Amino acid sequence: MIIKGKVHKFGNNINTDDIIAAKYLDSQDAKFLGSKCMENIDPNFFRRLKPGDIIVGGRNFGCGSSREHAPVAIKGAGVRLVIAESFARIFYRNSINIGLPILECSLARTIKEGDYLEVDLSKGEIKILGKNRIINSEKFPGFLRRIITSGGLINWTKRGRNLRNKMR
Amino acid sequence: MGLTLVEKILVKHSSKKKLEDFVYAKVDFAFANDITGPLAVKQFYKIGRNKVFNPRRIAFVCDHFTPARDFKSANNVSFLREFSAKFRIKNFFDINNCGIEHVFLPEQGFIKPFDLITGADSHTCTYGALGAASFGVGSTDLAACMASGRCWFRVPKTLKFIYKGKIPRWLEAKDLILYTIGNIGVDGALYKVMQFSGPVIRNLGIDARFTICNMAVEAGAKTGIIEPDDITFDYVKRALKNKKVPRTAYRVPRNEYKGDKDASFERIYEWDISKLEPQVACPHLPSNIKPASSLKSVKLSQVVIGSCTNGRLSDLRIAAKILRKKKIPSTLRSIVIPATPNIYKQALKEGLIDVFIKAGCIVSPATCGPCLGGHTGILGKGETALATTNRNFIGRMGSPESFVYLSSVAVAAASAIKGRITHPAEVT
Repeated sequence: MIIKGKVHKFGNNINTDDIIAAKYLDSQDAKFLGSKCMENIDPNFFRRLKPGDIIVGGRNFGCGSSREHAPVAIKGAGVRLVIAESFARIFYRNSINIGLPILECSLARTIKEGDYLEVDLSKGEIKILGKNRIINSEKFPGFLRRIITSGGLINWTKRGRNLRNKMR
Repeated sequence: MGLTLVEKILVKHSSKKKLEDFVYAKVDFAFANDITGPLAVKQFYKIGRNKVFNPRRIAFVCDHFTPARDFKSANNVSFLREFSAKFRIKNFFDINNCGIEHVFLPEQGFIKPFDLITGADSHTCTYGALGAASFGVGSTDLAACMASGRCWFRVPKTLKFIYKGKIPRWLEAKDLILYTIGNIGVDGALYKVMQFSGPVIRNLGIDARFTICNMAVEAGAKTGIIEPDDITFDYVKRALKNKKVPRTAYRVPRNEYKGDKDASFERIYEWDISKLEPQVACPHLPSNIKPASSLKSVKLSQVVIGSCTNGRLSDLRIAAKILRKKKIPSTLRSIVIPATPNIYKQALKEGLIDVFIKAGCIVSPATCGPCLGGHTGILGKGETALATTNRNFIGRMGSPESFVYLSSVAVAAASAIKGRITHPAEVT
């Protein structure tokens, strides 16, 4: 799958309270949560965002609480992909489980605010348009690839054990 | 090559002979709270199963926005109540009979050594203090867990932390873990297990061990763990009298509840803590630590003593010892939150609540409340709090323009008396 979009850049240790403040956690509505995404650290983020845009973070993106509302908010806001140097572990598994595309990329910091990217998700190839640069991201281990290609954990769980194991 | 305790638990629960990179393991106990629960239930319905894997191994603990702060929160609790009734999950707890999940569940005997536990809350790592492999997960993870009784895990590497020396006066478990996070950073243990050991840990009571494992996630860890010893087994034995869940599927002899001698650790940290001072984490990261004595100029609007990190009986005892016959300035709100009704009852019996009220504290019912900016103690613009909680991110306790400092109970109680950050030695 190819994703094209404009980059919104964030720093290191973006925590889940930054992504969605706790006061909104009584909602499970993706659209509503999306409209409050990043409110504490960048109140205009949602207004600047165009559907299909890409978030690029630094180290430890999504640290802090286990709230799945965080990747749900990012997805609900219309962001298609999150790239970061590293992800906090619960955010990482939540994103895979709900089908929000993420890529771990050690050179994420070389991507600049406002860059346009063309990303080949299956290859993990990040092309910076207009700069003629291609960066490669970490490959997902086979186990996780199977969950990702199923479209998330719900679909993966629905399949019987034999099907789950056979899938490549 | 030998295995660490967490590796052993994962191997056993995934019915494998040897360790693989990923496991799809059986879970002994899975739970969610009133924030992560409703989302988990909605995801569970999408899977389309007509029953849960085992109703006795699932719990809902409504502790975050309860007693309901508004009608939406109340609806979420009702939603979980109805789901629990429909799927015969007896372990549904509204705030009137639980308290903070990570204090309540071990207290009631839900958690045992060698268990594999998933909780839809990041501080699920707390139960590593009992020698369980206990991982915080998301709502969809929990939904899948409720359906299949299994969860996927990447097998983590382990970092070992050895604390040596004599614990100085006024130093608490909280200071050890803040110091550790300050040293390795908020992603210093990313995807890894933090195993706490050494003579200092062996001499800590169970409450203090919970405090240490509770904050492992603040360094990015998958979980914290302490190998069980007599102190652990004594605690579990007492708690099991309240036992409401079936026994662990995997029974192993007691001397097997630890890692192999030749287990491999990615890195071993060794610290002498004999000269360590009480630590305070400054805004806006738990790793941003400074000695308490260097922060005398920080004036406070609020002090919070409570949470799944520091709301246990021994914490309240420390606070009461410092606050006895002292008066808190009228310009400061000091909120004390006993973490469960049982702790509240015991504190009442020991006269601790009396001490707090006479000193001018607000004693709150058990709830997560202000820790995550939920309710009962939200900060306004420009306000500063010192809290015994676990996170001080921007806007964590309310306004994005407020400030949260994190400390031990002794430092929080001493600071309440002075109205500014204070080393406990100053007031005693």
